[in-house]
Amino acid sequence: MTATATVKARKLRLSDLGRLSAVGLRTRKLRAGLSALGIAIGVAAIVAVLGLSQSSSAGLRNEISALGTNFLTVTNGQSITGGTAELPKTAPAMIARIGPVTAVQATGNLNSVDVYRSPLIPTIDTNALAVQAATLGLLHTIGATIAHGRYLNAATANEPVAVLGAAAAQRLGIDRVYQGERIWLDIQWFYVTGILNPATLAPAIDNSVLVGYPAAEHYVGFDGHPSTIYVRANTDEVAAVDSVLAATANPENPSEVNVSQPSAALVAQADAQSAFDDLFLGLGAVALLVGAVGVANIMVISVLERRSEIGLRRALGATKGHIRIQFLSEAVLLALLGGAVGVGLGVASTAVYAETKGWTVVVPVLAWGGGFGAALLIGAVAGLLPALRAARMSPTEALWTV
Amino acid sequence: MTTDQPTTLMADRAGSRRDIAARPVLEVDQVTKVYPSQPPVTALRGVSFTMTEGELVAIVGPSGSGKTTLLHLMGSLDQPTTGDIRITGLDVAAMGDRELAAVRATRIGFVFQQFFLAEHQNVLDNVADGLLYAGVSLAERRAQALGALELVGLDGRPHARPTQLSGGQRQRVAIARALVGRPAIVLADEPTGNLDQTTGASILALFEDLHDHGVTIVVITHDQAIADRLPRRIEMLDGRIVADTQTVPISAIAVASGLEGAESHFAQGQQS
Repeated sequence: MTATATVKARKLRLSDLGRLSAVGLRTRKLRAGLSALGIAIGVAAIVAVLGLSQSSSAGLRNEISALGTNFLTVTNGQSITGGTAELPKTAPAMIARIGPVTAVQATGNLNSVDVYRSPLIPTIDTNALAVQAATLGLLHTIGATIAHGRYLNAATANEPVAVLGAAAAQRLGIDRVYQGERIWLDIQWFYVTGILNPATLAPAIDNSVLVGYPAAEHYVGFDGHPSTIYVRANTDEVAAVDSVLAATANPENPSEVNVSQPSAALVAQADAQSAFDDLFLGLGAVALLVGAVGVANIMVISVLERRSEIGLRRALGATKGHIRIQFLSEAVLLALLGGAVGVGLGVASTAVYAETKGWTVVVPVLAWGGGFGAALLIGAVAGLLPALRAARMSPTEALWTV
Repeated sequence: MTTDQPTTLMADRAGSRRDIAARPVLEVDQVTKVYPSQPPVTALRGVSFTMTEGELVAIVGPSGSGKTTLLHLMGSLDQPTTGDIRITGLDVAAMGDRELAAVRATRIGFVFQQFFLAEHQNVLDNVADGLLYAGVSLAERRAQALGALELVGLDGRPHARPTQLSGGQRQRVAIARALVGRPAIVLADEPTGNLDQTTGASILALFEDLHDHGVTIVVITHDQAIADRLPRRIEMLDGRIVADTQTVPISAIAVASGLEGAESHFAQGQQS
């Protein structure tokens, strides 16, 4: 009889391969869990780092866009001799005449005036608080809101009345407004009528005590020169307004005027926040690498322990390829399991942290996709050597040597 | 010879076992096997024999006689150094890993001394795994496994775990796994080696029962008493066949299933 007929090895069905790759996980649950944990930690670190940095800058950007990007500030710069330059008293009115400008408000620094909780406080304990004369429409223009009480109005602007910035209120130990609440400003009592929320676009307001222009002139000797002018312009024409602001504010010495766009600075800040991300990403990568070594180690041990299973499978008709793909897919499954848990942990921690900070939860596709991809790659790489060893094992040795 | 296996193990062969022309399922021709160690070990020194369909053969010999090496070669787990081996007419010496694996998947069933059952799977799935590499769907594998369990008398407990079974029952599961692919030949390596005498006898009786249904079986053993119960005995010593004796075929009446039938068979074998 001659060998006319041939036989061909069959491919494993995908469902069978899936079942086979889970054998090691099902029979050694604790071990599989621990080795997947290494990968989970690495992936979680990477996902959380990327998610948190994205969420935090998304939070900042949201705030910025809510406050508006059409906001410009004009401050007094330095004179050519190095002293502090003064903005002309007419500057706000002149700026208001620029076509696209929609709102102009000003504050004036009362440089020599300090403010205290009471006259009993030593004069050197100024708490680094500034006293500023403020115009009445300031809050709306800078996008700030009032936390307690009320802002200055046409009546109170003439009286010894003050409104506290968020930080100023904290430093003075005043957290709410009640009748008769007062502070010692320069040489007399001023009554507190309101406390502001933090002003993101105009942080200088936060540690300031604001008084009305007439009151400042009348009680503290304010000369009426503005030190900061807050400007809102049509969004499309911000750049054009920006270019003429200095010359408009101080036509004599435009170079002594500083013009800035706070929202642009904040965007830059949001971008710069990711500086530490690289460090944490590196740590995550190291954790992943350690996890990969763990998976490889477990797979090598598993191959040694499962000699008789390998031998039996060969006797049942498995080709070397069948054995190889079984162990390779087991390693990949192990790593993917770790990856899935890691992505879950990373997203959960991002969500929890972002929630406490009031940020939008943003987990970029790069983070979870990359986490999964890294896990897949690691499983394949870590499983390759053990799978090759398993496939190379001679079936007779695997079956007849214990 | 075609690649098709008989579609039913039982019905086709049971009535006609003694009528069919003796088709060779295994031809071993001048086979030698040398293991390339230092110094080289010669395990087989020119072994030749032929097995025909439906035979029940014992290969018996002391340790080191080469019977395990012969098992490896018959099972296409290993290749001979020289000589030819044809399994259902297929020349395995010319085959690569993939073809050899396919031969094992479709033509050969193995039964081991240590059973090698997967403890995380139930009995049915252990048996079904006998078809895992033959390209059969899971549902079909399970259906055939149920049939194979019926053959070994274990169809009542398909969902038991191997750990819940006795040694004899476990070996029956392993035999069912070997049978599920309707192999041309079943190779049993010391199948009673891990069992007590009574259980071992019941396993032998099962083999005889399967033999009556036309299954071709080789039992490798070092135990002369076991070999003596089987109709044909190939005795090995030092890598050679020293005796190949055949009991005169007994009448069909004497071969009833179970231990009793096996014993009468055994008695007749002794007389011949």
